[in-house]
Amino acid sequence: MNIIIENATLFLVLAGIFGLFMAWGIGANDVANAMATSVGSRALTIKQAILIAAVFEFAGAILAGGQVTKTIRKGIIDAKVLESSPELLVYGMLAALLAAGCWLLIASRKGWPVSTTHSIVGAIVGFAMVGIGIEAVSWGKVGFIVASWVVSPVLAGVIAYALFRSVQKLILDTDTPFDNAKRYVPFYIFIVGFIISLVTLVKGLKHVGLHLSTAENYFYAVIVGLVIMGFGISVIRKIKMNESLNKDFHYASVEKVFGVLMVVTACAMAFAHGSNDVANAIGPVAAIVGIVQSGGEIAQKSTLSIWVLLIGGVGIVIGLMMYGHKVMATVGNNITELTPSRGFAATLAAATTVVLASGTGLPISTTHTLVGAVLGVGLARGMAALNLTVIRNIFMSWIITLPAGAILAIIFFYVLKGIFS
Amino acid sequence: MAVSNYMSGIFGNSPVKPMQIHMEKVHDCVSLLMPFFEAVVAEDWKSVEKHQKKISLLENEADVMKKELRLNLPKGLFMQVSRRDLLEILTIQDSVANKAKDVAGIIKGRKMVLPKQIANDYLKFVQRCVDASAQAKMTINELDELVETGFRGTEVKLVQKMIKTLDKIEADTDKIQRKIRAKLFEIENDMPPLEAMFMYKVIEATGDVADQSQRVGSRLQLLLAR
Repeated sequence: MNIIIENATLFLVLAGIFGLFMAWGIGANDVANAMATSVGSRALTIKQAILIAAVFEFAGAILAGGQVTKTIRKGIIDAKVLESSPELLVYGMLAALLAAGCWLLIASRKGWPVSTTHSIVGAIVGFAMVGIGIEAVSWGKVGFIVASWVVSPVLAGVIAYALFRSVQKLILDTDTPFDNAKRYVPFYIFIVGFIISLVTLVKGLKHVGLHLSTAENYFYAVIVGLVIMGFGISVIRKIKMNESLNKDFHYASVEKVFGVLMVVTACAMAFAHGSNDVANAIGPVAAIVGIVQSGGEIAQKSTLSIWVLLIGGVGIVIGLMMYGHKVMATVGNNITELTPSRGFAATLAAATTVVLASGTGLPISTTHTLVGAVLGVGLARGMAALNLTVIRNIFMSWIITLPAGAILAIIFFYVLKGIFS
Repeated sequence: MAVSNYMSGIFGNSPVKPMQIHMEKVHDCVSLLMPFFEAVVAEDWKSVEKHQKKISLLENEADVMKKELRLNLPKGLFMQVSRRDLLEILTIQDSVANKAKDVAGIIKGRKMVLPKQIANDYLKFVQRCVDASAQAKMTINELDELVETGFRGTEVKLVQKMIKTLDKIEADTDKIQRKIRAKLFEIENDMPPLEAMFMYKVIEATGDVADQSQRVGSRLQLLLAR
C-alpha cells in the first residue's frame, strides 16, 4: 500500500508514457490496416484517409471506447484476489503495456500479422497467471473474448456477403446500374450512419455523462443517419455518367457513386477502430490510474477519466501522423484490384462488427475482422483474386502472439517488482 | 517501421488485366496478316519478309507474356473462376497467334504465290479471320466487367451475345474457305503438286486462326454457364 502512495506520481507518469507508446504503435501501424480497403479502392487519397482517420479514430476512442477499456481494465483479472497487494496489479499492467508495445514493434518491423488486441490480452493473462496465480484470471471472461476472436471475422464475413449480394442484385447486375446506384446508394449511406450512431448512443455515451432512453436513442440515430444521407445525396446528384471513362470499363461511373459511399464507410471504420483498439492502450493505464488515485484501493466503481481516453486518442493520432502515411501508401499501392463497391461492402461489414463488439465490451482484432469481411465479399464472387495463405498466417500469429506477449509481460513484471520492492 | 503489410497481402494479383493485354498482343499479331497477304498478292517479297518478321516477333512477345502469367497464378489464389479455366483460355488465346505465325512462316519460307483465281477471295478470307480475332479480343475485354458483376446478370447476357457474333464470323470464314477450296480444286492439276498441297495446308492454317478465336469465346462461355 505504501509503495503506491510513495511512488504515485512515478506510476502515473510511467503509465502515461507506456500507454502513449502503445497508442502510438497502434496509430502507426494498425490504423493503416483499418483504412486499407478505403485507400486501396482509390475512393480516398492518402491525405484524406489520414485526416479522416485522425478525426474519427479520436471520436471513436472518446465516444465509444469506454466499454472495451472497462474489459481490459478489470474484466480479465479477478481483482478480489489482489485486494491485499494492489501494487502487483500496477506492476502487472505496466508490464503488460510494455510487453505488448515491444512485441508490436518487433512484429511490425518483421511484417508479421499480429494484432494489438491479442498481444495485450496475452500479456495481461500472462502476468496474472504467473505473477499472481491462475485463480486471478477470470477464465470465463477470457474464454468469451477468445471466442469473440473467432466469431467476429465470421460474422463480418456473413454481413459482407449479404451486403455485397444485395449490391449485386439491386445495382450491378441490372440493366441500368448507374441509375440504380444513384437510387440505392443513399440508403446504404443511411444504414452506415444509423448503425454507427445507434451503437455509440446506446453503449458509448454513458461515460460521457449522457443518458438517453431507448426510444430517444433510436430517434437520434435515425436523425444522424438521415443527415448523413442528405449530404450523400447532394454529392451523388453531382455525379454524371462519364462516357469517356466508361469506354474502357462500363462500370466506371457506377463505381464513382460507390466512391461517395466509401468515404462515409471509411469514417465509420476509423470510428469503429478507435472505439475498440484504443482500449488496448488505455485499458491498463485506466487500471493503474484507478488504483493510484484511490490510494491503493482496487476501486471497482471508479469511473474512467476522460484524460486517459485523451492519451489514447492523441497517441493514435501522433503515430498516424508520423508513420501512418508510409504504411498507407504501401497498402494502397498493393491493393489495386479493389473497387469502391467491394471496398464498401467489406469495410461496412467490418465496421459494424467492430462497433457491436465495442458496445459489448469485447476487445477484438479490427484487422482480422476486416480480413473476414473481405473473404465474405470474395465468396459472393466479388473479388478477382484473394490470397488464402493470409488466413494461415493469421492463425499462426495467434499461436505465436499470445505466448510471446505473455512471456514478455512476465519478464517485465518481475523486473518492475524487483525494482520497486 | 513496418514496410510490409499483411492486410494488402490478402488481395492477390488479378489475372484479368494480364489476360486482356495478352489477347491484345495476340490480335496485334493476327491483324498483321492483312498487310502480309496484300504483299503476297502483290508479290512484293521485301514487304512480305518484313511483315512475317513482325508477326513472328509479336507471337514471341505473346508467348513470353503467357509464361509470365502462368507463373504468377499460384495455387493458393481464391478466384471467381477456376484457375484451370483461365489457364486454358490463355493457352487458346496464345494458339491464335501461333496459327498466324505458321501461315506467315510457310508462305514466306516457300515464297508461295497465290493463284490469281483465288487471290481476291483469299484476301476476304483473311480479313474475316482477322475479324474473328478482333471479336475474340472484344469479348475478352469484357472480363473486367464480368468480374465487376460477379459473373452474373445483364453483363453475362451481353457477353453471350458477343460470343454469338464471334460464332457467326467463324461460320463466315468456313463458307469462304469452302469456296476457295472448290476453286483451288478446279485448278490444282495445273499447279505443281507440291505447291497445291501446301496451298491446301495454308488455307487450313489460315482458317485455324478463326477457329481458335472462336474457341476463346466458347471456352469463356463455359465459365458463364454456371
